[in-house]
Amino acid sequence: MLSFGLTVLLDGISYGMILYLISVGLTVTMGLMRVVNLAHGAFAMIGGYVAGFLTQRGCNFYLAALGAAAAAAAIGAATERTIYRPLYRKGELAQVLLTVGFVFVATGAVSEVFGAFPYPVVFPAYLTRPIDIGFREYPAYRLFLIASGAVIALLLWLILDNSLFGARLRAAVDNPRMARAVGINVSLLFTATFVVGCGLAGLGGALGSGILSLEPAYALKYVVLFLVVVIVGGEGSFEGSFVAAMALGVIDTLGKYFVAEAAPYLLYTAAFALLLWRPKGLVPPRSLT
Amino acid sequence: MSRTRVVAAIGHALPWAIAVAYFFAAPSDLEFGTQVMIWILFAISLDLTLGYAGILTLGQAAFFGLGAYIAGLFALHVCADPILGHFAAIGVAALFGALTGAMILHTSGVTLLMLTLAIVSMLSQYANRATDLTGGDNGLLGIRLDPIFGVFEFNIFGKTAYVYALVVLFGWFVLAWRIVHSPFGRSLDGIRQNPHRMRAIGTPVWWRLLAIYAISAAMAGSAGALSAHATRFVGLSVLDLLTSGSVTVALILGGTRRLYGGFIGATIYLVVQDYSAKINPFFWEFVVGGLLIATVLLLERGLLDLGPAVLRLRDRWRAGQRK
Repeated sequence: MLSFGLTVLLDGISYGMILYLISVGLTVTMGLMRVVNLAHGAFAMIGGYVAGFLTQRGCNFYLAALGAAAAAAAIGAATERTIYRPLYRKGELAQVLLTVGFVFVATGAVSEVFGAFPYPVVFPAYLTRPIDIGFREYPAYRLFLIASGAVIALLLWLILDNSLFGARLRAAVDNPRMARAVGINVSLLFTATFVVGCGLAGLGGALGSGILSLEPAYALKYVVLFLVVVIVGGEGSFEGSFVAAMALGVIDTLGKYFVAEAAPYLLYTAAFALLLWRPKGLVPPRSLT
Repeated sequence: MSRTRVVAAIGHALPWAIAVAYFFAAPSDLEFGTQVMIWILFAISLDLTLGYAGILTLGQAAFFGLGAYIAGLFALHVCADPILGHFAAIGVAALFGALTGAMILHTSGVTLLMLTLAIVSMLSQYANRATDLTGGDNGLLGIRLDPIFGVFEFNIFGKTAYVYALVVLFGWFVLAWRIVHSPFGRSLDGIRQNPHRMRAIGTPVWWRLLAIYAISAAMAGSAGALSAHATRFVGLSVLDLLTSGSVTVALILGGTRRLYGGFIGATIYLVVQDYSAKINPFFWEFVVGGLLIATVLLLERGLLDLGPAVLRLRDRWRAGQRK
């Protein structure tokens, strides 16, 4: 019984970690920069396809994951400078529309280049085998997800809360005019932040492709999940995204084990319920003003 | 009559005149014309919520899909009369709109957007899994309809379907026109611009939003029913997020808060889709996405604004010359 409970928990946490890995980039763009970026799933998809392309040609998996992050970041940089920049001043509607347009373009491009079928990333052999974790055998891939999610969460926390970059970013988000006045290059900072967010999405798309499988519909299909995580967590709150991703991952997994019939709706229903309970999210971001 | 009134009257008559002329001019392409009218209706329904009331939604496909499935199921299992089936679809869609609206309209912005997306996703997953009811991937097949009023039979050339869609579109258009020019419609305008101030002057904001959300749902459901009746088929794609995205594209291309924007937008959208899909099945997404990006960046008020936008550019250029 205990071992079954632990298995469910591990399944839930590893799924939650994937949600977190990808959504955390969206927390950056949506929470900190106030851009409703529905194209976030597209950046994750681009990363995943790059990793798939490289590993299928024999490239080392970790290098491919880095390449995925770099590719998504590069495309992020290019789009931020050209199509996102004019959006910062416009309303939510314009942001939604433009990013949906970007999703369409990315989906069309990906189907054209890689075909409409699922596109696998080749994981190294030792990740595809189960390993012994004491009380049972468990897929190494899921343990790998948990570890990488934990590392990213720790890194982000260190950078945002304890580095000069983090302090500058928080200042720029809170009061861009004042930040500019004290000599912070806000526009460069925002570009850098957006690029990091896209890179994280690309990395998450590559690492998580064993669970959220890659196909052209990826960008539109999963962006709802990522939005749910960010909003249930509390827009712009990193702790919140982490807590929400874990909670939703575990709830979804519990559903798959115990109420298979209702499983596909459980995650959304849980999101509805959590938002009724806490309209501002589980862990609303600390107000700095 | 003053000149502006004459222009306005011609402007009003033009799209309908074209629709009637199309019936006689292109008897072999009536199916395409019917699709255009269905999408115009769908786009107008979105204009009421997204355009006028400022409700940030990407969930319009839920009502379209629901209307289509209800119309299809009604014809298969209850009664083959298209009018009854159409009203059933409208009723269910309106009810669903009122229920889900009551659950989500207390939120705003991105949260609201996310909830509308969640509703479409849940509905489409349900349709995908309830294969006994919906036929799953195969869709609803073998829908047979009685003649409308027992007289006008649905035939393979789609004449009946075309006129049927045109009449339904006209009815909804008149209603939508009356709504947006009524005090109720004006209050929606106010709510979009500043909900807090509207609440402060005593407008029941939540009720107003709920009312327009349900009306818009009924309209989208009606478009869905038309689609099911015209093609005698309902597939899972009616509930797809891509459908929500597409109708948004159609509306934005034409321009929001004009009602006639949907006419231009839906027509262009379907023509582009038709042509680019012939070149390459994936190409149309690329083109439509590019169009959407260009519209948002360059023409905030849609293609109907193209003329005025060019004039503004010219004036600015002239002002520059004078300096």
